[in-house]
Amino acid sequence: MTSIGTGYDLSASTYSPDGRIFQVEYANKAVENSGTAIGLRVKDGIVLAVEKLVHSKLLVPEANRRIQTIDRHVGMATSGLAADARHLASRARDEAQSYRDTYQFPPPLKAIADRLGLYVQAYTLYSSVRPFGISSILGAVDKDGPIMFVVEPSGVFYGYHGAAVGKGSQLAKTELEKLKLAELSTRQAVFEAARIIYLVHDDAKDKDFELEITWIGDETNGQHQIVPKDLLAEAEQKAKDAMEEGFDS
Amino acid sequence: MDHFPTNWGRPRSEAVDLYNTYPLHNRPGPKADAFTEGVQRTQAPIVTGTSVLAFRFKDGIIMAADNLASYGSLARFKDVQRLIPVGAYTVIGGGGDMSDLQHINHLLEGLIIEELCEEDGHALGPAEIYEYLSQVLYARRSKMDPLWNSLLVGGFKDGKSFLGYVDLLGTTYTASTLATGYGSMIAQPLLRKYVEGREETLTEDEGKKIIEECMKVLFYRDARSINKYQIATITEKGISISESLSAHTEWSFAEKIRGYGAQTQ
Repeated sequence: MTSIGTGYDLSASTYSPDGRIFQVEYANKAVENSGTAIGLRVKDGIVLAVEKLVHSKLLVPEANRRIQTIDRHVGMATSGLAADARHLASRARDEAQSYRDTYQFPPPLKAIADRLGLYVQAYTLYSSVRPFGISSILGAVDKDGPIMFVVEPSGVFYGYHGAAVGKGSQLAKTELEKLKLAELSTRQAVFEAARIIYLVHDDAKDKDFELEITWIGDETNGQHQIVPKDLLAEAEQKAKDAMEEGFDS
Repeated sequence: MDHFPTNWGRPRSEAVDLYNTYPLHNRPGPKADAFTEGVQRTQAPIVTGTSVLAFRFKDGIIMAADNLASYGSLARFKDVQRLIPVGAYTVIGGGGDMSDLQHINHLLEGLIIEELCEEDGHALGPAEIYEYLSQVLYARRSKMDPLWNSLLVGGFKDGKSFLGYVDLLGTTYTASTLATGYGSMIAQPLLRKYVEGREETLTEDEGKKIIEECMKVLFYRDARSINKYQIATITEKGISISESLSAHTEWSFAEKIRGYGAQTQ
């Protein structure tokens, strides 16, 4: 890497001569080394899915969740450092509650994403802190319907119809582009999400993973919830079958 | 507790600490600013709701309150819902200051969301919400700034029903029949007569008849009430809050009351 040894990567408060902040780029590397997270914004809701890499068989199943609830109607899937994700989720909850305290109304996702963007960006300004090593997919169904944002380590956030971050994000993005997201139902999207996560999982490099899926939509009454166990099992089975078919052809 | 070690064993203020070697931290405590003198605490409720009734029946809890929020003796707001669902297992019925009730509703909303974000498979039931409310109301009265309400907390969770009372002083008690405000004087004896000893056999329909009877009596006798009320039932199946109802009342006798009907002498 060109940055190494130049001295411009020692602090997040120093630019390189060509105008880059290497610490922020390293933070992106932390994201790229982590299991894929995807989000689908569809006709009537949002589906978030994560490939949670399990590094030890001794871990309690379903522990260390990587999709978190921010508010009744808001979920956050992350890729990157798990501890940073927990901290940012906690901040997001505070912001959501602060919005409620002020306006007596459930926060629109844009307000939360905006505030989180500012918060994450503040960690790129000082030599005493490091930038967040996570990209977060925020999804919600608010007063204007389903909406989704991705907050990156630099603090920028963009709105998406389909989002992917982490290891397999490139392949996941091409898969998401093939879908007609605006026509899918959340239920169909759960199956697509499961299929994509199984597809992008690299069996050679990472052995075990847990599939984590949550949704927000008409079926959950606009609440962010983990998909029911039987639906998850069905989606996983279909995803595995699709993989088999892929190998055969 | 004071968490700043530099404060331990030292005088409270830098002014009297002659031997101070380095600055003292500001101690936590009420701040005094230019407005402190002008701050007033609630000394009387403004927009008020009257009685709430509730009792235990065979399948859970039944609760009722009318739709009126009075401004003094003026019937100011006639479509206020005073039965508030909290989470999936609890309803609180509130009398007293309506703005304080809205504030309590807001507190509980935050509490429920905080709890749901944990995603640990646990949800707050009526017993927890009752405990929380009692702590909040007692803390506020101890600050000489009470939340001016009397509340009934009713719920059903894990096969058990719950019914409790908590008021602006932080007073708490539970019983199988409860009533707040004027209802505690007028309706409570009726509820005891109809319900006590029959909690395990009383059906929902019978319960609703008892509520109707009590709400009717309250409407006749309580000048801050209205003949428009809602009934909440909390059972195994969850919470259901009815549309506004009214009891059939008979006013022909009023003609004979001196000062109300046509004057005959």
